[in-house]
Amino acid sequence: MQGHLNDLQQRAQKKWEQLEGEALTVRIGTPTCGRAAGALDTLQDFRERIEKEGVEAHIIEVGCMGLCFAEPLVIIHKPKSGLPPILYGFITQQHVQRLVEGFLLGDDPCLELALGTVEFKEDGTPYIPELARFEIEERLVLRNCGYIDPLDIGHYLARGGYLTLQRALQMEPDAIILEIERAKLRGRGGAGFSTARKWRGCREIEARPKYLICNADEGDPGAFMDRVVLESDPHSVIEGMVIAAHVIGASQGFVYTRAEYPLVIERLKVALSQAREIGALGENIFDSGLSFDIELVAGAGAFVCGESTAMIYSIEGKRPMPRVRPPRSVERGLWQKPTVVNNVKTFALVQRIMEQGGERFSRIGTVGSTGTAVFALAGRVQQIGLVEVPMGTSLRKVIFDVGGGIPEGRRFKAVQIGGPAGGCLPESSLDLPVDYDSLRQAGAIMGSGGMICLDENNCMVETARYFLDFLCRESCGKCSMGRLVTKQMLLILEDIVKGQGTEADLDLLAALAHDVAEGTICNLCSSAANPTLTTLRYFRAEYEAHVKEKRCPALICRELITYYIVPEQCERGCDHCVLTCPTEAITTDERTRRKRILQDKCVKCGTCLDVCPPEYRAVIKVSPPEKVKELEKAAGG
Amino acid sequence: MTGELLDSYPAQRHSLLRILQAVQQTEGHLSEEALAAVARHLKISAAEVYGVATFYNQFRFIPYGKHHVVACLGTACHAMGGQLILDAFERELDVKAGGITGDHEWSLDRVGCIGCCTKAPVVVINDVIHARMTPFKVEEVLAVLGFKKSKKEENAGAGASQ
Ligand SMILES: Cc1cc2nc3c(=O)[nH]c(=O)nc-3n(C[C@H](O)[C@H](O)[C@H](O)COP(=O)(O)O)c2cc1C
Ligand code: FES
Repeated sequence: MQGHLNDLQQRAQKKWEQLEGEALTVRIGTPTCGRAAGALDTLQDFRERIEKEGVEAHIIEVGCMGLCFAEPLVIIHKPKSGLPPILYGFITQQHVQRLVEGFLLGDDPCLELALGTVEFKEDGTPYIPELARFEIEERLVLRNCGYIDPLDIGHYLARGGYLTLQRALQMEPDAIILEIERAKLRGRGGAGFSTARKWRGCREIEARPKYLICNADEGDPGAFMDRVVLESDPHSVIEGMVIAAHVIGASQGFVYTRAEYPLVIERLKVALSQAREIGALGENIFDSGLSFDIELVAGAGAFVCGESTAMIYSIEGKRPMPRVRPPRSVERGLWQKPTVVNNVKTFALVQRIMEQGGERFSRIGTVGSTGTAVFALAGRVQQIGLVEVPMGTSLRKVIFDVGGGIPEGRRFKAVQIGGPAGGCLPESSLDLPVDYDSLRQAGAIMGSGGMICLDENNCMVETARYFLDFLCRESCGKCSMGRLVTKQMLLILEDIVKGQGTEADLDLLAALAHDVAEGTICNLCSSAANPTLTTLRYFRAEYEAHVKEKRCPALICRELITYYIVPEQCERGCDHCVLTCPTEAITTDERTRRKRILQDKCVKCGTCLDVCPPEYRAVIKVSPPEKVKELEKAAGG
Repeated sequence: MTGELLDSYPAQRHSLLRILQAVQQTEGHLSEEALAAVARHLKISAAEVYGVATFYNQFRFIPYGKHHVVACLGTACHAMGGQLILDAFERELDVKAGGITGDHEWSLDRVGCIGCCTKAPVVVINDVIHARMTPFKVEEVLAVLGFKKSKKEENAGAGASQ
């Protein structure tokens, strides 16, 4: 059986070398985000043109490289040209013909469409030397993402896949725990609990059977790291899970993912069956005596199911309300049996650690937080996408050097880290190193890796209201503290954004936030304190403007703003706003042809502001709303 | 219909979520009869089944429209103006999130992130993702999909212009 894997591996490697050394390949990223950018059309077009022209090229569908801002992404490798693989960005259908005729058929590598070349580190990790971000990034979890075909286990095998598992299966479980301990691996699901300690705790318990759960629920709105890993490199997670199963003695595993991620489900199903085919799952894995299989469970859209005790109820088919701990899940989890729950990235990192050694891993990052952190960078930032940096890298580096900063010259205002449970950190915190402990001190948390940038066009009070609204909707309703206090906080914030808040409300809000942080069953509701307290702490002036002057400085809160067309700036012949206004709220003065907004018809959708040509910029927002009357008066009616 | 479907799942509590998903997939929503049938199949009370089903956002107790619109209000989409997009759909379709138009053509829902945050704000209509939406694009997308404002409004519009 051992020989069997080595055979497979050698064959896969040979095929891979042929593919990489001789064949003309076109890699197209078709993860969910790529699809939204039109990658499937690009793919289809490449297929048709290549067939029509009779070019001998392999089209490979790959996952996400993390450069989501430039999707659809295409990598073309033409060994005959003597050039390394070239990465192209923004390749929508209109560019396909150019690439096919220019590079596939001809000798022109179409450099005007290229983002850079793909080079490989010693361990085979691809990087793009032309993109400065790769100097800061260190890719462990994302190592294979966007370069290998997630639906072809051969690609994974060719890069040494499952050999680590084979080796680990011959090790004593305690030796593996020691290696993980040497790496000082902390769970990537948010809390940062020591993985070695969790596993040892479970290993020491006698009861059988034992279960293993991979937490791929990723309920954080605004986060997509786990989705990308599972869509792009599912086998590294499966391999990590089987290693864990061997350590704790689990016979059955589950991957619990979200129904909102259909592509993850589709790709995982394929990966699981391929892993079974090569004997990495099932009976007597690689002749080691371990029997272990993985079942895929699709959640049904409840944020709280990411919490481990709720997840366990969900798998059991019960109403998923978290319970008080102890007992911990490692003692009494799924069907009352010992259960280990770990995050997707934790398993992927276990695979890397067992491959490269715990010592090497522990040298990356900081003393308290080793290894790398994966962030999903989104919101108001240029290079939206996935980022993997050593722990301890400063927020500034991640947002400005990797992410390219805030678009259109606007000012950075805050970064929201850690999902709804996290906090909003201001400019003055940008030099904080990202690691579990520094972030917690600042009032945020590492979370599982969502990082949303906010700029001067985001209102922090409205942002706090948004998180409270989210948590209130998702609160399971089991404990009264969670149910009632979050609701009360939401009501207060709703008042404030409508201009009906008072100064006393701010103190009340802070007091409630401190209460809720103390008295709930799980962290869903207690974390409602974080977004509220951090915004109050760092952006108090914005709150005060709302309650004292009934003004929204960011010009976002609908009840506190009015749209206004500056007559001097309105180009009379242009009718953009009139034609696009959904409620016909814009009139044209017959004599001057200037436009004016009928305030009682305006629904404040912002379309006129979007469509007003940038050279006129005649549409503005004003706050407080009454200010518009002064402006109209000054303009003479 | 539900009977045959149910028989293909073992009568284990562990299968409940999967069964509910399958029923919704084939019937479009979870009717009272379907919930009762699921309860009989698993030999648990209908209240238990209802308790689980209502906990999750994915399950619907009224049918979908022919076009099902889901507006994302996750953090990234919200930060990029997702609320304005939902507002625009509510206004154009004249239904609230969770509702369906009188002719059963259009239903509207909200979701808390589909993992496509890099293209925020996004909307999913019958499984197709529409990226970087604006309120204006809402009208365009609806027009392309054949949405017509209700007769009443058209008449009102016609009346006004006469
Ligand atoms: C409300 C709530 C939501 C959570 N969501 C997730 C999630 O989406 N993914 C995740 O891995 N952990 C989530 N967690 C943390 C898990 O409970 C658990 O700590 C984690 O999966 C353990 O894995 P780790 O040790 O590998 O970090 C959540 C916790 C809470 C309280
Ligand atoms: S926040 Fe809308 S897709 Fe993630």
